[in-house]
Amino acid sequence: MRLQLSPELQAFREEMRSFFTTQVPQEIRAKVAAHRHVAKEEYVEAQRALNAAGLAVPHWPVEWGGRDWTPLQRHIWREEMQLASVPEPLAFNTSMIGPVIAAFGNQEQKERFLAKTANLDIWWCQGFSEPDAGSDLASLRTTAVRDGDDWVVNGQKTWTTLGQHADWIFCLVRTDPTAEKKQRGISMLVFPMDTPGVTLRPIELIDGGFEVNEVFFEDVRVPGENLIGEENRGWDYAKFLLGNERVGIARVGASKKMLAQAKAYAREITVDGRPLLEDPFMATRIAEVENELVALELTALRVVANSADGKPHPASSVLKLKGSELQQAATELLVDIAGPLSVASFAEEGSDVPDWARVATPHYLNYRKVSIYGGSNEVQRTIIAGTILGL
Amino acid sequence: MDFTFDSEQNDLREAVRGLLERAYGDSETRRKVVGNDPGFDEKTWSRLAEMGLLGLPFAEEHGGMGAGPIEVAIVAEEIGRVIAPEPFIEAVVLAGGLIAAVGTDEQKSELLAAIAEGACVPAFAHAEIGTRWSTSASAVTAAQAGEGWTLSGVKEPVPNGARADLLVVSAVVDGGTGLFLVQGDAPGLTRTGYRTHDGSRAANVRFDGTPATRLGDGSPAHPDRTAAIERALSEARIAYSHEAIGAMDTALRITADYLKTRKQFGVTLNRFQALTFRAADMYVSLELARSTALWASMVQEAGGDVVSAADRTRLQSSRAGRHVGKEAIQLHGGIGVTAEYSVGHYTSRLTAIDHLLGDGGFAVARLAEHVGERETVDPLGAPYA
Repeated sequence: MRLQLSPELQAFREEMRSFFTTQVPQEIRAKVAAHRHVAKEEYVEAQRALNAAGLAVPHWPVEWGGRDWTPLQRHIWREEMQLASVPEPLAFNTSMIGPVIAAFGNQEQKERFLAKTANLDIWWCQGFSEPDAGSDLASLRTTAVRDGDDWVVNGQKTWTTLGQHADWIFCLVRTDPTAEKKQRGISMLVFPMDTPGVTLRPIELIDGGFEVNEVFFEDVRVPGENLIGEENRGWDYAKFLLGNERVGIARVGASKKMLAQAKAYAREITVDGRPLLEDPFMATRIAEVENELVALELTALRVVANSADGKPHPASSVLKLKGSELQQAATELLVDIAGPLSVASFAEEGSDVPDWARVATPHYLNYRKVSIYGGSNEVQRTIIAGTILGL
Repeated sequence: MDFTFDSEQNDLREAVRGLLERAYGDSETRRKVVGNDPGFDEKTWSRLAEMGLLGLPFAEEHGGMGAGPIEVAIVAEEIGRVIAPEPFIEAVVLAGGLIAAVGTDEQKSELLAAIAEGACVPAFAHAEIGTRWSTSASAVTAAQAGEGWTLSGVKEPVPNGARADLLVVSAVVDGGTGLFLVQGDAPGLTRTGYRTHDGSRAANVRFDGTPATRLGDGSPAHPDRTAAIERALSEARIAYSHEAIGAMDTALRITADYLKTRKQFGVTLNRFQALTFRAADMYVSLELARSTALWASMVQEAGGDVVSAADRTRLQSSRAGRHVGKEAIQLHGGIGVTAEYSVGHYTSRLTAIDHLLGDGGFAVARLAEHVGERETVDPLGAPYA
């Protein structure tokens, strides 16, 4: 048992902090910090800056740009990135399809996709969920039927995040409708979003923003070489990928940043002439969330420090559950601190409401998503009850 | 940064667990033991002494083992696992800790050795009716009497106060709070013991011109001991967090086992998602509290801000202890409220731990006073590491 980071890790943390705060454009980081819309070009610029320094895909195999870091180094890398409000490398590329291709793709696919995926030369989107296949993903119905060397895809995907920016989609499709177990008849195909027969419909969210889309496939012809791994093994790849999705999902650094903002804004608002931060009830609320965040960070450290043998620590399931709850608690605090200013979400020029108060409620409403995506919190409870408590 | 125990620490855990399993593996034994005064088993106390546990945190030159906060944490957690009624934290960590912190060399040599041997069971007489979780005294005052001192006033509740061979007493002196030693058989000392809801013992302790000696160097340079009291209370709060972790761990295990075996509507209870989801939430509370408790002990070992770290772990384990304790009973149903079934006793002990030295509300109020001082809290940085 030792509290301090080793001198090497302290130096590593400094190196990360210094890179993120000096080598990623300040205008982009300011937008992330302000919870403002980040444009596609800005995501690309930030990821390319990281990739040029070898910091976009450290968890990939070394051969394809990985760094062979320990889980603790990866944790520090991610935390520092979030604290510096750097847009994180696009998860669909770096945490999902990249690792799947690196692990299960053929050599040709690796050479064709991996470097461009790391550099965000290809923007990937995820074609998993369907209108009738959410948490029960394995009941998906989009089909792919062989036609000569090609596949012909028909069906519909939904909740496709940032699909409007995407060049390619990785898609789970049903290739064997007769398989005894529904999980066994699924394959993973990749294809360009501008393939004839692909149409995309944006879905407006309650915050007024457009992040997710419906994607429709009508007789979409996909070359046979675009099958990833083996036919009918797509479910295994999906599970592998979703495991990666949960890594770093605690987002402690991002929540810390929000809490720091909450303190700053609670100084700007006064109640009966005193800063709101000095109101005992508000100070207590912030202290309580902050303490839970400390507990979560320490749990994340416990998990990463003990998962060096490749197996996740049993407590890792706690991270998604509590991490999402605390992200939501932080956004809720910001709305409450803004008080009546929090309704001015779409104010433009001519309004005196500060920017942070304008975005507070849309952000809070938008963040309802974090306890739903990446395996809803109810799915996480099922995992904890089943695999840890044996219930 | 390392959250793993070394092999000696694992050996210590094994040894303590073995001893306590033999003593209290059957929860009926605990029920019998706490049914009679002094509320713990003197033989088990002797065995703890033989294993060196009663001198665990004391320096070797004073008859102790010279072990650190992590070892104390391990013992406390194992105590919690079977809710052993022996007052390890109250006597060794808190009362003994005060003697180790402020005693003169002579006092330390004499008293800590006696505590380590199991010959002297001390108690800290600090709480007073009408105040709560204060670092200072107000109801007991000390007066100089020749070379020595006399104490007057009432302390209550004093955990283990009737059985104690030696009382470490906080008292008003020179306008501040001093610490004094009173022998269990001192004249002018009246102790009325009673059973507490968790099976422990506490007492009303009345001083009436009772002779006392000053703990530590009584020179005017050190008139006030509130800082030492705050620190000792903080270290005991951390230890209580570990006891709570052990107790929660068992309460959750018992509850999960029950859900797997108890049948209603023709199926075992673990078929009901309304119940299993709540058990999953108990696990979340427990693990977050566990991480924080381990961290607080590491802060203590690293010489960081132990008062703030104690507040953080107290808050986390208070919230978790209430959550786990209440749900453990609810998920059992009626059997959970009965005295003959074990789980309710865990809830009772968790409730006592929560209130002896400060609950979550107390801790969060203290943390809130400083919430604006730092932009973010870095548990691996200042003021903790």
